[in-house]
Amino acid sequence: MNRKKNQLLAFPYIFWMAGFTIIPLLMMLYYGLTNREGAFTLENILAIGSPEHLKALVLSLILAAVSTLICLLLAYPLALILRNRHIGQGSFIVFIFILPMWMNFLLRTMAWQTLLEKNGVINALLSFLHLPPLSIINTPAAIILGMVYNFLPFMVLPIYNVLAKIDDNLINAARDLGADSFQTLTKVLIPLSVPGVISGITMVFVPALTTFVISNLLGGSKILLIGNVIEQEFTKGSNWNLGAGLSIVLMIFILLSMTLIAKYDKNGEGTAF
Amino acid sequence: MSQPLIDLNHISKSYDGELILDDLNLSVKENSFVTLLGPSGCGKTTTLRIIGGFETPDKGQVIFGGEDITLLPPNKRQLNTVFQKYALFPHMSIAENIAFGLKIKGKSKSYIDDKIKYALKLVNLNGFENRSVDSLSGGQQQRIAIARAIVNEPRLLLLDEPLGALDLKLRQDMQYELIRLKNELGITFIYVTHDQEEALTMSDTIVVMNQGYIQQMGTPEQIYNEPENAFVADFIGESNIVGGTMIRDELVEIFGAKFACVDKGFGTNKPVDVVIRPEDIDLVKPEDGTLQGIVTHLIFKGVHYEMEVTTPNGYEWLVHSTDLFPVGQHVGIHVDPFDIQIMNKPESEDEEAVGVNE
Repeated sequence: MNRKKNQLLAFPYIFWMAGFTIIPLLMMLYYGLTNREGAFTLENILAIGSPEHLKALVLSLILAAVSTLICLLLAYPLALILRNRHIGQGSFIVFIFILPMWMNFLLRTMAWQTLLEKNGVINALLSFLHLPPLSIINTPAAIILGMVYNFLPFMVLPIYNVLAKIDDNLINAARDLGADSFQTLTKVLIPLSVPGVISGITMVFVPALTTFVISNLLGGSKILLIGNVIEQEFTKGSNWNLGAGLSIVLMIFILLSMTLIAKYDKNGEGTAF
Repeated sequence: MSQPLIDLNHISKSYDGELILDDLNLSVKENSFVTLLGPSGCGKTTTLRIIGGFETPDKGQVIFGGEDITLLPPNKRQLNTVFQKYALFPHMSIAENIAFGLKIKGKSKSYIDDKIKYALKLVNLNGFENRSVDSLSGGQQQRIAIARAIVNEPRLLLLDEPLGALDLKLRQDMQYELIRLKNELGITFIYVTHDQEEALTMSDTIVVMNQGYIQQMGTPEQIYNEPENAFVADFIGESNIVGGTMIRDELVEIFGAKFACVDKGFGTNKPVDVVIRPEDIDLVKPEDGTLQGIVTHLIFKGVHYEMEVTTPNGYEWLVHSTDLFPVGQHVGIHVDPFDIQIMNKPESEDEEAVGVNE
């Protein structure tokens, strides 16, 4: 009786997984491994080897890695500071940090476009102060800025959550046993926060690697990331097969990087899967 | 041997405007086992944290081995702490946990290995080097926490309710273990607990604290047999605390009956508090008792019977006896003179909590 009930309760989720995860994945695989006539081919997969696609993939990997690193370097000290606050204060600052996330993602990115434009707000301010104008719109730097801005909370929160759960007495014990603040950080706090760091890396690196909105809005038409290439194959090029093939390659890259990261996470906590 | 190792001088500490410690003075001699005993919120843990360096007092000084260490950070102090919930590092093996302090001090690998072996042997956990923290029971984790502290050869070991999370049997075993360790190592122990039995079993000196003040300081026997005020009498063991009048030296009147006692110097016809331990009350035939009453309650406790005897004025005396007196029986109450403990009545709320500095 009880078991039947459980099975009944599970049904909507099974339906959800089948309908929105497994079937689309299979469809992707089907499109990726066939040509327009429906015959099996590896062409779409191997198309990643073409210079323009390879260039886009490498640039995507580099920008995603740099953004993730910058997010980590910004987020860890912040999470540490938040941890050392009194509890109420800490959560208020976290709240301030995630407040922008409640605004539309596109709007936020478009706001940066307006800020960074040649005649945008920042340059207007700079010229008012008689300083040379900035021209970072439509450069990789602008894309990185957009990624860091949009994804930073996803790095801060998991790290903060892990750090906040570390018992104060562990830190006291380290101090008691002779460790100074720096040794306490490197020998106790950082090792214990690894699951949060891995979780944060996953949550920043994956969307950064696949984004096409940020690069569209802040990178102009000249900089193509792998996400833009795939998007164009689906929309402008109407070549679903090639788009799906390149998506599969991208998925493989994400899987590889996550496995690599998970290897450093002995406890297996905090990874995305 | 009897040099003061640590002196707390006029320590005051408050949190958010609430006074936790008020002008506390305490001197702990080298190689003693001192227990800070009191209910939660009495300031005992704060006192320990101030000694450990995790709190800075608002006022006063901490003198350790003749040096002022009030502002010294914990990592520079020659003492170690065993924390309430052990606080072992979960990402390290047992050996790495024990080696933590020694590695930071830059000791050689062979020295560290020897020390780990020695410490594990001392706490009866030979061969646990490579176990993970999670695989240990509470009692084992407790021993490792002690091992981790003592390998650093501290002059003073602070223990913050270390047995609080263990079950009764294990707690009793660990009490003997701690006494043995202290004797073998010759380290001074300062031990914090709210468990009066633990304090009586292990300590050379008990410091009873309440509301940020030291209520009484003395040997377990003094604390138990000669409580200086009603709080101490009530907190340490069960007791009957009743109001009485000191008629003259060695004679006290309780509920209209006159009891011979051994206390002197309280004056004549002075109101006092009288403490009589339940095991010191002898139940006799009504005509042989100083006071008469009726047994109103009876419970078998294993070692003894616990009875309540109600006297005509309505007071219920707690009595422990190996003899059984059934409910409803008329009995007499007799107390030997040396079993009656007389205390001055507190004249005000303040005085009740006043520190007793020896």
